[in-house]
Amino acid sequence: MGRIGERFRRLREERRKGFVAFVTAGDPSLERTVEVAGEMEKAGVDVLELGVPFSDPLADGPIIQRASERALSRGTTLIRVLEAVHRIRKTSDLPLLLFSYFNPLLRFGLPALAREAAAAGVDGVLVTDLPPEEAGGWLEVARDAGLDTVFLAAPTSPDERLRRVAGASRGFVYAISRTGVTGERDALSDDARPLLSRIKALTREPVALGFGISTPEQVAAAASVADAVVVGSALVRFQEEHPHGDVAGQVTWLRSAI
Amino acid sequence: MTTARPDEQGHFGPYGGRYVPETLMEPLRELEAAYAEARRDPAFRDEFARLLRDYVGRPTPLTFAGRLSERLGSRVWLKREDLCHTGAHKINNALGQALLVKRMGKTRVVAETGAGQHGVASATVCALLGLECVVYMGTEDMARQAPNVRRMRLLGAEVRPVRSGSRTLKDAINEAMRDWVTNVRTTHYLLGSVLGAHPYPAMVRDFHAVIGEEARGQVRAQAGSLPDVLVACVGGGSNALGLFAAFFADPVAMVGVEAGGRSSRPGDHAARFLDERGGAAARPPEPPPAGRRSESVVPPSLGSGSAVGVLHGTCTYVLQDEAGNVLPTHSISAGLDYPAVGPEHALLRDEGRVRYTAVGDDEALAAFHLLSELEGIIPALESAHAVAWVVKDAGSLAGKLVLVNLSGRGDKDLGIIESAENAAKVDGGQRTQRG
Repeated sequence: MGRIGERFRRLREERRKGFVAFVTAGDPSLERTVEVAGEMEKAGVDVLELGVPFSDPLADGPIIQRASERALSRGTTLIRVLEAVHRIRKTSDLPLLLFSYFNPLLRFGLPALAREAAAAGVDGVLVTDLPPEEAGGWLEVARDAGLDTVFLAAPTSPDERLRRVAGASRGFVYAISRTGVTGERDALSDDARPLLSRIKALTREPVALGFGISTPEQVAAAASVADAVVVGSALVRFQEEHPHGDVAGQVTWLRSAI
Repeated sequence: MTTARPDEQGHFGPYGGRYVPETLMEPLRELEAAYAEARRDPAFRDEFARLLRDYVGRPTPLTFAGRLSERLGSRVWLKREDLCHTGAHKINNALGQALLVKRMGKTRVVAETGAGQHGVASATVCALLGLECVVYMGTEDMARQAPNVRRMRLLGAEVRPVRSGSRTLKDAINEAMRDWVTNVRTTHYLLGSVLGAHPYPAMVRDFHAVIGEEARGQVRAQAGSLPDVLVACVGGGSNALGLFAAFFADPVAMVGVEAGGRSSRPGDHAARFLDERGGAAARPPEPPPAGRRSESVVPPSLGSGSAVGVLHGTCTYVLQDEAGNVLPTHSISAGLDYPAVGPEHALLRDEGRVRYTAVGDDEALAAFHLLSELEGIIPALESAHAVAWVVKDAGSLAGKLVLVNLSGRGDKDLGIIESAENAAKVDGGQRTQRG
């Protein structure tokens, strides 16, 4: 079992809910990303998602779009993100999930990427625009390298698809709380609860709930239905406003209502 | 309207497929099912045919370009999609999809547009069928295709400016997809080319197949034989496939003309099939990694920035940098200014069934003037690329029967022509001074 599976096992044992944080790697710099990973670990983050910046992030809202642009303008590439992971791993055991669009992985070469990501200390990979149907070759090379593969489950996915998504997922299943792109919202979507109960009826994999969760109240509401909560845009926006601010403090605040 | 491609998962050989966020997977399956059912339904086919005739004005004529033929020493025929209602072939597909939207019970349509032709076509069919229409358009394109922006607004569509990225077609598609994934329960994405996730590449091709079906009958009746070669411009590639599809079983050569822009340097063009030497790549590359292939290798690269990749839901040739980020593109023609190409074209290229080549901005401009002056037909800058290749390769075409898809008319381009030529004058003036 990898670091991600091990973490969820422990959470279950201790009857705790997990907190998954997302940051765009390289925003404002990869040096800062390495520091942030350390601070996140100290603040009790259970899994850190490292977003690989991409020129055309069509599943992302304005906050993560801007972060990707900033990271790209600083020359952030997949290979440099892997170097940053290697540096994080020197001092940290924090479970790390690479969060990427498919094209940068394809350009790197899938077998090489799986090998090098695992060697750098990446624990799993989530590819936003890669549904299980197209993931056959990727699943093989990722598993061979010992990487977890996390897939998305959406409110629009019928049970038949949820089964397929859960079957392809290792580590956890990432449930999207609403139709739409990433970004902060006023309240947890009404879609979230029914989706979670449908997934839970189909799989024993842990389920993390994300998209549009940005306040302690929403975190608590999400934690009441899922095994873990993902916060992305709210943390990315904080870093946009305070590039060297106390992002760990934000995590502590967001978790306060669980 | 039948071809064996793509396979059931929407793959054209190693290309195509469905590379989208999970939220869109079920809506795409529903769309595929609705389309499959509609195309078997005589009532749907009759309604589509009736509106193509009575509203779009089909069949469009096939015109012999006599003076151009005399000048070039070949026999050039023009398929007059410029005479479609709204001035381009785009309305064939817009109409087909809008009829499907009504059938699916959705009420809202989003579309992207580059040159504005697909946006105008979408706004038009939405007015006709009483659908709400939102068109995303890059601000760069809004500036260079201003008349079409005014047209869309007159037709009752909302035009939303897109300021991200290169502010052109690619970014408009990103934004349309973001809207679609958010409002997918009520909204249909009226994609305007043979791009995107399955079933779009096949569906859009089929709605345009009427172009080639008409042209095949017309050329035999009017010219007395099948053509030697078909020519069409290729941005996403919808007008080209619309023409080519009816001729695949015939001994007819086919040429797709991409936008060569300013030069073959990455960023200066939109020629996805151009190799690093600046010519059309002759040899098919190694097969790219498809979904179920475990022996996946690094995708092949043609130099000039093109390599097999995934953009906007499909696997195809994409202009990109070494890290897999999409490159900016340039073409004087907004409708060809796009970094990827329809996945079926990628397969046709590898098979050698279609030859792809590129002409530059200057050649397209010259052809724009030539056709206007010799034939009294002002072509869209997109279509002028097809004409430009016929002019450029006149030597090899001597005596041949050439059928060019004149995919749109050029009224929308007058502003671009004027500013390009003013810029050239300024440039020329400076050069003269320096000289």
